[in-house]
Amino acid sequence: MTNGLLSVAIFLPLVGAIIIALLPASPKLIKNLASFFALVALGIGLFLFFNFESAGGLQFETRVPWIPQIGAYYHIGLDGLNLHLFLLTLILGFLVTLISRDINERVKEHFVWLLVLETSILGVFSSLDLLLFYVFWEIEVIPMYFLISIWGSGRKHYSAIKYVIYTLFGSVFMLVGILSLSISSGTFDVTEIAAMDSSLLSQVLPLSTTFLCLLIGFAVKLPVFPLHTWLPDAHTDAPTSASVMLAGALIKMGGYGMIRVCLGLLPEMAEKYAPILLSLAVVNVVYGAAVTLRQTDIKRLIAYSSISHMGFVLLGIFALGEVSLVGAELQMFSHGMITGLLFAITGIIIHNTHEREISKFGGLAHQMPLASTIFIIGGIGAMGVPTTSGFISEFLTFFGAFSAGARIYTIISLLGILLAAGYILWLIQRVFFGPLRPELASSPDIKPLEVFYCAVFIFFIFLIGLYPTFLVDIIRPAVGLLIG
Amino acid sequence: MSGEVVYLVFALPILSFIIILAFLRPLFKGRPKVSSYLGIALTGISFVLSLLLLLGVYSGKDLAASPLLWLNLGNVDIKFGAIIDGLVAIMLVVVTFISLLVQIYSVGYMRGDPAYHRYFALVSLFTGSMVGLVMASNLFWLFAFWELVGLCSYLLIGFWFDRPAAANAAKKAFIVTRVGDFGLLGAVILLFTQTGTLDIGSLHILATSGALAGSVLSWATIGILMGAMGKSAQFPLHVWLPDAMEGPTPVSALIHAATMVAAGVFLIARMYPLFEYSPNLKIVAIVGGFTAIFAATMALVMNDIKKVLAYSTISQLGYMFLGLGMGGVSVGIFHLFNHAFFKALLFLGAGSVGHATNTFDMRQMGGLGKKMPWTFACFVIASLSLAGIYPLSGFWSKDEIISSASEEPVLFYMALVTVFFTAFYMFRVVFMTFSGSYRGEKEHLHESHKEMVIPMVILAVLSVFSGFFNLNGGFAHLLGETDVETMGIFEVLSHPAAIISLLVALLGIFLAYAVYKKQWLSAAGLTRVFYPFYTLFSKKYWIDTFYEDILVRRFLVNGVFEFFSLFDRYVIDGLVNGAAKAATGVFVFFNYFDHYVVDGLVNGIGGAAKSVGKSLRHLETGQLQLYGAFIVLGIVVIVMTIFIVEVLV
Repeated sequence: MTNGLLSVAIFLPLVGAIIIALLPASPKLIKNLASFFALVALGIGLFLFFNFESAGGLQFETRVPWIPQIGAYYHIGLDGLNLHLFLLTLILGFLVTLISRDINERVKEHFVWLLVLETSILGVFSSLDLLLFYVFWEIEVIPMYFLISIWGSGRKHYSAIKYVIYTLFGSVFMLVGILSLSISSGTFDVTEIAAMDSSLLSQVLPLSTTFLCLLIGFAVKLPVFPLHTWLPDAHTDAPTSASVMLAGALIKMGGYGMIRVCLGLLPEMAEKYAPILLSLAVVNVVYGAAVTLRQTDIKRLIAYSSISHMGFVLLGIFALGEVSLVGAELQMFSHGMITGLLFAITGIIIHNTHEREISKFGGLAHQMPLASTIFIIGGIGAMGVPTTSGFISEFLTFFGAFSAGARIYTIISLLGILLAAGYILWLIQRVFFGPLRPELASSPDIKPLEVFYCAVFIFFIFLIGLYPTFLVDIIRPAVGLLIG
Repeated sequence: MSGEVVYLVFALPILSFIIILAFLRPLFKGRPKVSSYLGIALTGISFVLSLLLLLGVYSGKDLAASPLLWLNLGNVDIKFGAIIDGLVAIMLVVVTFISLLVQIYSVGYMRGDPAYHRYFALVSLFTGSMVGLVMASNLFWLFAFWELVGLCSYLLIGFWFDRPAAANAAKKAFIVTRVGDFGLLGAVILLFTQTGTLDIGSLHILATSGALAGSVLSWATIGILMGAMGKSAQFPLHVWLPDAMEGPTPVSALIHAATMVAAGVFLIARMYPLFEYSPNLKIVAIVGGFTAIFAATMALVMNDIKKVLAYSTISQLGYMFLGLGMGGVSVGIFHLFNHAFFKALLFLGAGSVGHATNTFDMRQMGGLGKKMPWTFACFVIASLSLAGIYPLSGFWSKDEIISSASEEPVLFYMALVTVFFTAFYMFRVVFMTFSGSYRGEKEHLHESHKEMVIPMVILAVLSVFSGFFNLNGGFAHLLGETDVETMGIFEVLSHPAAIISLLVALLGIFLAYAVYKKQWLSAAGLTRVFYPFYTLFSKKYWIDTFYEDILVRRFLVNGVFEFFSLFDRYVIDGLVNGAAKAATGVFVFFNYFDHYVVDGLVNGIGGAAKSVGKSLRHLETGQLQLYGAFIVLGIVVIVMTIFIVEVLV
């Protein structure tokens, strides 16, 4: 019974999307319906979360033949590698229906695409079949394209197309990798391929080629330098809801794919290419932070900071240590909440002040004290200050990576937290401190609903920061099995 | 009494923070004093409990607090727990006591401030975090609270955030100390990796038994020292502390004089066995000895009373480092203990005159001794104590440091010159502020409220007597030192080092008296004679300028970071856009090819290409028709995938 619930949680948003699409409903009803479906899905997700046996391996599995001729199954399930990411997506999926409530243009389509997006990301995180994984991965591009190009701002068409082309570029490689794996093994099932001897997997392409093809697909998403330039454009020009989904959940598909597919199926190759990827991780961290410091648009600055923070994830993954992987997994959840919060509150600030150039802000803490406090809390998380989730996930990543032998990489990456303090505090100073700019004097502070959804982010930031066992106990056994 | 009481010492101020923010701030908007009463009451209980712990430790009771498993990582874990020993007990008393007095003082000082609730909430959070830092039995938690006190410091320096200088100083403080934290975090990670534990007691045993040694221990102590130098504002990371004076003055007294800035000294004392068995104890002494004289030179020329005190704090923290490096834990910590009282008092005194005159510029003061007799008396006592005048508290701990430095002549003479500078700059402040005639413009100057005066009087009493704590070696004994030299209250005057430093201090005071009171020598004349030095000192050796203008602004932000940023935009993204353009070119070619060659052959296919071209044009406008195209595209991708697979299999 609980196994079927996983499918329900995945497809409920899609069902909601179809109902909303077909129903002639008022904008208000559409918004309520969307929140309702996302909330029920979240409820099911929480039910699964609390019924999860932390040392029990894969759970809530469904495995039925899908295209039996080629060994493709509808195979889904959750373990410590994806449960928290699944939950993260459900939380964000619900919150973005609240964040989008002030959308007044083409309301129906907006919520349809948001819900489709949620299902596709949920599908990616829970698929245990490479073909199914790929299909969900591709579907995700469509709603995101429309969300950016219709409800976005700035160069929204450029950014949307760029996002699509970048992703498709990565997907082509990924598809080659997937096909190479499954043709060699005769199945798309991740658990079956993982159980095979790797010498059997090189019948189509050499293992290293397969590995790199898969990796490119994931590297575009995470993103990894030099494949990252879609991210600032897409995040900046997307509407708030899509930015939150992008930064919060979507880019984690890259990190998750690296762990589940690259590491889970081709561990020897992961070890072989680890030095290169660790070097790229360091570049991500330091270069990303350096470029972040030069940004003049508030949203773009936060977007660039994601590149630096995803560098920590890459470091944790390819240090290949048990603790470092726990750190990377935790960092993905943590970053989802922290950056989700930062994009949400930034969206509110831009909406209320009609301004996004950092140099045009100043003294906003007088005018919007609540919004400023919330932003500063998010900033504290992004700087990795203790008691926030940012600290413990970064600490575990650094400690894990260092103790797994990636010493120099870890030491250089530590510079990332120094630079993070630089860009976050400088941003806070320029936007919120100093005397209030007269142009901003009529901006209203945030509304109760906005406070509510920000509070949810904040709750999770401190929950993980103060009680990381909550997720670590789930992640650790799965990571142990993965690299055991 | 059980040792678990220590958790209460920690929890009460945190509770105060939560209650003020969650309940008092929203519910008691018109009655802000409720917050201060709560903070004072809970900190007061924490202080009493700390005192009981100190008495317990002093009487040799075996107090322990069982730790709590916080995070299990398989082979290793992280526990939350507390150490209760002499060092912790002393620090807890200092922290809670100064915090209590500063909060009482703040009732008067912060009266009428619109953000009164926020102020007391943050002071409570700071107090709890500082207690957590002190008691932590695990380096992980020590580091966590270390960062939290840094955050509180940031939020309190920037308390009046509408002042650009305050906002800037807050940022500077956090980032500069984080440079040091980079080293500390590295050391924590290195120790955790190498030993599998962050339990401070276990690390002590590993270091003393020789299991933790060699380059690991050396690097770890270097990292810890970096952290300590950042927090305790030692050269070259001292630049943030003078700027931090932008915060409310009681905060300067609590955080930037008595407690948080001393955390670096505490950290080295806490990890002392590691330093003892590493080659780096000498570096601690050198850093401290140099910083002591270096900061004192800048204190000579500042005109802002708080800036003088800030440089003086840096200098005195340098003394503590010197004491730790040359003498041992009790030498360094004894000065920390005494310094906490007289330096907190000096800041509260500066706050009192600043409150009365609305300025901290001593050129706008003068003659305040008559108007503010209590503040004047307290300030002079603290200044005498800081200058090291017998038999006040500063004399005793400074004497121990200077005696311990006598093995290293260079450090010894540097310390001695610092004594002279210290006495001079403090009495320069005393005379410029309190004697002569008033040079400012404010009328009706009067003594501060009693809630400000009473804490000063209490601290003044301690500034006189706290040094007697170690007369019978009680203080050193408390810190676990067995062969303690006892010093009689009169005997000490037969020690040559004590006599010399006392004479040097008196000479400094006399020179200040000659210049700023009697004006036998003119200050302007002195400035002219020592003009190169005066410029060097008053420009802070151009170090701030170097960091801010050259290193950060020109080299990093507008140099390296700008380069990366342009590289990102024009090279990487340029390549991406270039590739896209090239691809478009190929498509255009195909399109022509299609149009003229294929189209000529098969009209139907040409028609299809046209419709593709049409929908491509719609990509730019986000038309509805594209929805369908995309869905079709998705289905095509899936079908093709399956097809390819089937064909290949």
